[in-house]
Amino acid sequence: MLLRRGGNLKSSEITPELLYVNRRQFIRSASFAGLGLAYEFLLPEFLSSQDRWPRGRKGPFDTDEDPNSYKDITTYNNFYEFGVDKSDPAENSAAFRPKPWTVRVEGEVKKPATYNLEDLVKPYRLEDRIYRMRCVEGWSMVIPWRGFPLADLIRKVEPTSRAKFVAFETLFRPEEMPGQKRSVLQWPYVEGLRMDEALNPLTLLAVGLYGKDLANQNGAPMRLVVPWKYGFKGIKSIVKIRFVQSQPPTTWNISAPEEYGFYSNVNPEVDHPRWSQKSERRIGEFFRRKTLMFNGYADQVASMYSGMDLKRNF
Amino acid sequence: MKRFQWEKRILKPAVFALALAPLLGLLWKAYAGTFSANPIKDVTEETGIWTLRFLLITLAVTPLRSITRWSPAGTFRRMLGLFAFFYGFLHFTTYVYLDQFFAFDEILRDIAKRPFITVGFAAFVLMIPLALTSPNRVVRWIGGKRWKALHRTVYVVALGGVIHYLWLVKADTSRPLLYGTALVILLLFRLWTFLKSRRFSVKAAAGLNANA
Repeated sequence: MLLRRGGNLKSSEITPELLYVNRRQFIRSASFAGLGLAYEFLLPEFLSSQDRWPRGRKGPFDTDEDPNSYKDITTYNNFYEFGVDKSDPAENSAAFRPKPWTVRVEGEVKKPATYNLEDLVKPYRLEDRIYRMRCVEGWSMVIPWRGFPLADLIRKVEPTSRAKFVAFETLFRPEEMPGQKRSVLQWPYVEGLRMDEALNPLTLLAVGLYGKDLANQNGAPMRLVVPWKYGFKGIKSIVKIRFVQSQPPTTWNISAPEEYGFYSNVNPEVDHPRWSQKSERRIGEFFRRKTLMFNGYADQVASMYSGMDLKRNF
Repeated sequence: MKRFQWEKRILKPAVFALALAPLLGLLWKAYAGTFSANPIKDVTEETGIWTLRFLLITLAVTPLRSITRWSPAGTFRRMLGLFAFFYGFLHFTTYVYLDQFFAFDEILRDIAKRPFITVGFAAFVLMIPLALTSPNRVVRWIGGKRWKALHRTVYVVALGGVIHYLWLVKADTSRPLLYGTALVILLLFRLWTFLKSRRFSVKAAAGLNANA
């Protein structure tokens, strides 16, 4: 079932960073001027100067929670290819070149091909989607992504009936990704989804953030976003998408099989062996908040796991 | 006339001020707003790592003194040890107050269920008697020999600190292992001096026997 079910989620407008920051001032000056301008009217022009991609339409699954700031999202994240500290990706990714970029689509698929990123993305209307992101470490953010459903790409490349899983691979280029010079993890980073997970309308291939191109440190030029799973499932800087018959290996599972399973669904009832997953700190908030089952996306995804023992399939 | 004790009058206050620098650094970050997006984690990590550093610095004083034969080194040891406790206390308080906000049921569950917290908490608790027995009066009251025996607990505390660090990292164990290596070196030095002194006393005893 690939129906978009957006009606039960409140949605909010995507607003450029500058307007988030200056919203009050903006509203004040706008009303002083006596202009009843809705700011959607101003948006396309404001954004066109900094956009490589056309501005997307509003997505159906937006949370109405306040997004974290562009600065927080781009300076505090995990991307071990650039170092293990959360400030490392922003500090060490300036030399990374996300352009030109090709993505290889292969495996159990009728139309295997190597795409230029522009050609890969062009057929789709980009959407802005405000998603919650829950890190396995116990913190979370609200992030306005821009991208298109992975399902759209899958339908276009026509996987065969033998394709049961989708495997993804990150670029391996140690000269631009200094974290890859140390074998903290097995490189290249690999991830995977079951076919129904990959086809779920929530699953996004993101190329933008806050209406801009994806920053290097956030997985430029294209990354996966799977909002009901822990953040590390969202593989970054994708160069390969492979359709396969059996469950593919995943990097963190190789690194510590008892701690990181293939599914890695956000689940407050299943603790990480070394720490609790019951609560999380939303970046920007003081008090911890309760972690929600499937990160609050149970309505959209719980049915895929009915009958599964989620403690065993963590 | 008494010699001017520059170690005590100048060097010690300077080291004291320097030992406060990590705390001042945190206060500065709070004031200037240069924390990362997750300030509570920054404070937790900073106070934690400085606890471990001060434990190792404290344990380095004795080897340094015997290698350099600079006897005033010993006057810094207690102060440095108390700074280890100070940062350990800040680390623990950060966890209880800023991170968990006094959710004692969660904290107790953490201590019971999470090995890295169990070890870290035990190491902190073991530091408390060491800090309490540091005033001169208490040392005299306990007696030097027993005081020394009690303060050997610091080896266990430092080991606990390293294990606490090792068990909390996700994949990159290089930093905890670096601290672990430093600790092993400092402990090996003690083993070596212990064995040397024993062999010496055995030899001396043997010499006495030969004379008899």
